[in-house]
Amino acid sequence: MAVYKTSDFRKGLKVQIDGEPYLMFEMNFVKPGKGNALYKCRLRNLIRNTILDRTYKGGDSLESADVEEIDVQFLYRQVDTFVFMDSSTYEQYELSADQVGDAWRYLKENLKCSMVLFNGNPITMTPPNHVEMKIEFCDPGAKGDTATNVTKPVKVETGAEFQAPIFINMGDVIKIDTRTGEYVERVRS
Amino acid sequence: MTDQSADFGSGASWERLKQRAELLRCVRAFFDQRGFLEVETPLLSHDSVVDLHLDPLSVRLFDDPRMPEEGALLWLQTSPEFGMKRLLADGATAIYQITRAFRGGERGPRHNPEFTMVEWYRVGDGLQAGMQLLDELAQATLVRGPAERISYAEAFQRTVGIDPHQTAVEELADVAQQLGFHPSPAWDAQDRDAWLDWLLVSQVEPTLGHGRPTIVFDYPASQAALAKVRHELVPVAERFELYVDSVELANGYHELTDPQALQIRTQQANAARRAEGKFSLPNESRLLSAMRGGFPACSGCALGFDRLVMVASGASDLSEVMAFTIERA
Repeated sequence: MAVYKTSDFRKGLKVQIDGEPYLMFEMNFVKPGKGNALYKCRLRNLIRNTILDRTYKGGDSLESADVEEIDVQFLYRQVDTFVFMDSSTYEQYELSADQVGDAWRYLKENLKCSMVLFNGNPITMTPPNHVEMKIEFCDPGAKGDTATNVTKPVKVETGAEFQAPIFINMGDVIKIDTRTGEYVERVRS
Repeated sequence: MTDQSADFGSGASWERLKQRAELLRCVRAFFDQRGFLEVETPLLSHDSVVDLHLDPLSVRLFDDPRMPEEGALLWLQTSPEFGMKRLLADGATAIYQITRAFRGGERGPRHNPEFTMVEWYRVGDGLQAGMQLLDELAQATLVRGPAERISYAEAFQRTVGIDPHQTAVEELADVAQQLGFHPSPAWDAQDRDAWLDWLLVSQVEPTLGHGRPTIVFDYPASQAALAKVRHELVPVAERFELYVDSVELANGYHELTDPQALQIRTQQANAARRAEGKFSLPNESRLLSAMRGGFPACSGCALGFDRLVMVASGASDLSEVMAFTIERA
């Protein structure tokens, strides 16, 4: 495992603290003329997405984290386990429902996602920004009403519920923004 | 156009480089008008300032280019202090120098391992006269009016509400942690000056030098470096620093004249360096020999010229005022 000394500290470094991977996303070198060199760092936990503020003194060091981002596709869900496949090596990786979090709402078969591996083990996955999904169930569409600001709940193929305009029908395909969970447009009716 | 050829230019604008040249003339005129003699001392020396927190770069002075690893190890100066003080011991009365200084391991928006330093000394000056001269230089170069003068203790009292000289180290730690300080596990909790440095950098400095410059004086004796220590209720170092827009611009001393004290501080600094796993620096120096023969009472001060240009031109990063910073040097 490589070790980063304070002189190696910079924005974008991936390091390991208490066995968990962190991204150093801010680093400030400060030093009074006749005083200690201080490295003020802000680190994001790559598993839990929490922020850690730490100040290091010249001479301190951090272990590097072996963090890798890969392209995967979603295969299937088995109770509380989500199974993905590396698109280039066909290797399979599993994430728990906790690790997947809210993203389960978008996980339809064969969806291409990105996944982060830490020491070769999957820790998080991110769906693409936009996902197209088929409506499994909703109230019948209101004919002629093209307003998008009046919405109704719709159930999509993953079993998740979203809000969509009232003109949407069962069988329609809609586009959802995965960053906000909001309806973007109707793709096919 | 290849990437390489696209990357040859300066990170600083011509406007800022012109302002830099003007300020250089302004500094020279300031000292020339006051009868200071401009001097030049070697950048490369057998001696080095010995300070726990200053890490000089070294150069091997080889005789035979076929054996570049063999020869005396010389130090690139971290400031021209030793050379200029030898001139004072040799009879100089008022001298200044504009030169390059080098410090290993220092890189950030306000640090570059090679930088320009203005340093001056005047025989007969004490703490007050030293601060007055620095104040006048700040007025001449920055035109922001006379500086506010505040002691290190008052500055801490005002922003952090503690007495930096007498507060117990455990309480300094508590205060820092309440203020959101998250030290690394390797942090030495008993290191008083390290806590003070963090409080200074994160709490006190942001309040200094706004509107008009601030001069902070009377530092903890443990941070005396080469300043005289004045023994009052609590001993304080007769050191002073200039701040403008929260940027530390200059550091001055009512100079230590006692060769024995210099020798002791040098040995202590070297011991502290070794304890931190750093290389040792020479305990003996030609300055020490010079001081043993007598050294005049004086005040001296060093100013980071690049930072002066930075605050004068409203820049926030040294790369905006230096032709080429280290990555592109």
